[in-house]
Amino acid sequence: MKKIADTGNEQNSFTFCVGPVHPALKEPLQFTFKIEGERVKKVDFMLSHVHRGIEWMGTRRNPIQIIYLAERICGICNISHPFAFCRAVESVAGIEVPPRAEYIRTINAELERIHSHLLWAGIAAHELGFDSVLHYILKARERVLDIIEYITGNRITKGIMMIGGVRRDISKKQYRKIIEAMEYYKKQVKKISDILLKDHVVKARTINTGILSKADAIKLCAVGPTARASGVKRDVRQDEPYAAYKYLDVEAITPATIGKETRGDVYDRTLVRLAEIRQSVNIIVECLKSMPEGKIAYEDKIPKLLAELKSVEGEGIGRHEAPRGEVLHYIKLIGNETLFSWKVRAPTYANLLSWVPMLLGAQIADIPIIAASTDPCLSCTNRAVITKHGKHVVIDHEALHELSVKKTLALRKVKHD
Amino acid sequence: MIEIVYKIGMVPVIAVLGIVLGLLYNGIDRKLAARMQSRVGPPIIQPFIDIKKLLMKESIVPRHAIKWLFNLMPVLALSASLLTLLYIPFCGIGPAFEGYGDLVLVLYLLVLPPLAITLGAFASGSHYATIGAQREMVTMISYELPLAIAIVSVAWLLSMANPSLPVFSLSVISNNPIWNFTTPLSFLGLLIIFIALLLVIPGELGKTPFDVAEAETEIAEGVFAEYSGRNLALFYLANAVRTIAIASLIIAIFLPWNLSTFFNFSYLSLLFDALFFLIKLFVIIFISSVFIRVIVPRLRITQVVSTYWFYTTLIALLGMLLIWIGCCLKG
Repeated sequence: MKKIADTGNEQNSFTFCVGPVHPALKEPLQFTFKIEGERVKKVDFMLSHVHRGIEWMGTRRNPIQIIYLAERICGICNISHPFAFCRAVESVAGIEVPPRAEYIRTINAELERIHSHLLWAGIAAHELGFDSVLHYILKARERVLDIIEYITGNRITKGIMMIGGVRRDISKKQYRKIIEAMEYYKKQVKKISDILLKDHVVKARTINTGILSKADAIKLCAVGPTARASGVKRDVRQDEPYAAYKYLDVEAITPATIGKETRGDVYDRTLVRLAEIRQSVNIIVECLKSMPEGKIAYEDKIPKLLAELKSVEGEGIGRHEAPRGEVLHYIKLIGNETLFSWKVRAPTYANLLSWVPMLLGAQIADIPIIAASTDPCLSCTNRAVITKHGKHVVIDHEALHELSVKKTLALRKVKHD
Repeated sequence: MIEIVYKIGMVPVIAVLGIVLGLLYNGIDRKLAARMQSRVGPPIIQPFIDIKKLLMKESIVPRHAIKWLFNLMPVLALSASLLTLLYIPFCGIGPAFEGYGDLVLVLYLLVLPPLAITLGAFASGSHYATIGAQREMVTMISYELPLAIAIVSVAWLLSMANPSLPVFSLSVISNNPIWNFTTPLSFLGLLIIFIALLLVIPGELGKTPFDVAEAETEIAEGVFAEYSGRNLALFYLANAVRTIAIASLIIAIFLPWNLSTFFNFSYLSLLFDALFFLIKLFVIIFISSVFIRVIVPRLRITQVVSTYWFYTTLIALLGMLLIWIGCCLKG
């Protein structure tokens, strides 16, 4: 969680903090910069002001209750987390998801991508001080939220994922309204692209700002649009097709695939995200066209499903390409009603370290837009700060390793008992 | 004697008028910007409500601040803004302090409020404020050059036509519309200078894209980060009055016409002139503050400097050159 990169001399520099509460940050996060003039010479950041212990809570609940919890890991990725979790459980229990449910899951996941990327574009404009565009984009985003409400019954936490399928079908009557909305987005994305990709002042602020080289992106294990904008062709939907993506042809979008030069800057991240909205629109239309009839869940009766899961033993991993990158859920079931272990790796966690090469040498004015350009979602990410006797203790690598060894030994003991 | 009484009597009138108009135009500005951003926006009287609220709140002085400097600067900013207004033709009547100060003095007075803001920010001892203050200074240095070029060109054009007049006197400038002394070429030059000055206004007022000193998302309102309560209200008022002062200055130089010179309204002429002045004020504020603010994002400080020192200065110099050629051809 802690990374210090030092290039400056100490004399002319001063320390500048951004956060944990700052107008540019939507969630708590503390940056500490060493600044010389307006240039960033040293970056350090610290998270975990909003650790909620969700994984711990999860190990006291049964898998179906966890779906409810997983949805609340993140306000934006509330399809992605339950999706990855359900896939993990399904892989352990060997549950096969009906094709129609796979399509509905895909449609929901892509709708989520559209609204998440639109929100990001709005926030990015706001960080640049371009509030007109923020308001314009948020107005455009309303339509996709309406569609989500139309399909699932909720605007934000959709409550549609279920182990082995989904909880609500999309009826034939609903297709038309969805397709109309997708047409609307094709037009809107073009308009937003005109503003964010062609406006000279926006370009002056975003081009060559916060560059993440391809080598750095690979070395620091960046995921999602952050990695793709640096030219790393990495997308779970392409690399390991699941759900309905296996019936469709999904290609990871990098600036090169849309015929642009790859720089790995904020501009490229905007470019990739806007292209992904177009891609999502196409996927949804494609899904609606080729969606087969049939069941939408492996098992309708939840008590029966729970009884079945009770007897399952094993470990499973569920991956999903969330709007911010790959989300990964690991679970372990030991034939109990509750989960033995649940581990969530949100995409932001993998993208955190790429802030360091992006921010070094940047101007203070660029800090907000660079920080926002990875689309950080911190409530998903917060995990490891221990507060003991009113004192914060940050656990470093050695201490963490020691703790892990202790925990593993303890677990082995439990298992053998 | 009567003249002195008149001048002293005008001070509170102009001050109240400046503050009320400043806040009113601020409200209109915010409402219009909101409508252009497809928002509902606050009611037009919102700035009055804000001031009322701020005046009721506690003024917090940070522990590391230099207290007297920190508290003095808002007062200085407001008084300098109000003083500026007294030297500029306002609401269709001549400058209240006519004959006691000219355009050069006005230019110096216009520098005072940003300087007060900068000093106050440095005195607050906050890092955000310090960065904001540094940026404010750099912005100030940047826009002064095109501003000076523009003002000098105007005065020079006027002096070429009327060598005997005191050309820096604002009442002289507003009584002799400079457009009357132009040839086609120098007309073009003057137009270019006018545009350059319109570009300088958002920098003077700290509006987007030149609001680097306040930059909410970067340095949390920067120079005003530590100000609250009455002190913040004073700065707020100073900014509102300064908006009016700068717009009035532009009007006095470039759009000095009064309706009463064209039509005969007899005893109502003052009223009509004042109304016409308010319309001109609205146009200037709309173009240079609302419109520019809505269509562009904030620049970096380096981009602010290059915008002013290179582009705006070049525009102003081009205008100056055209005026010079125009005058030479004529003369």
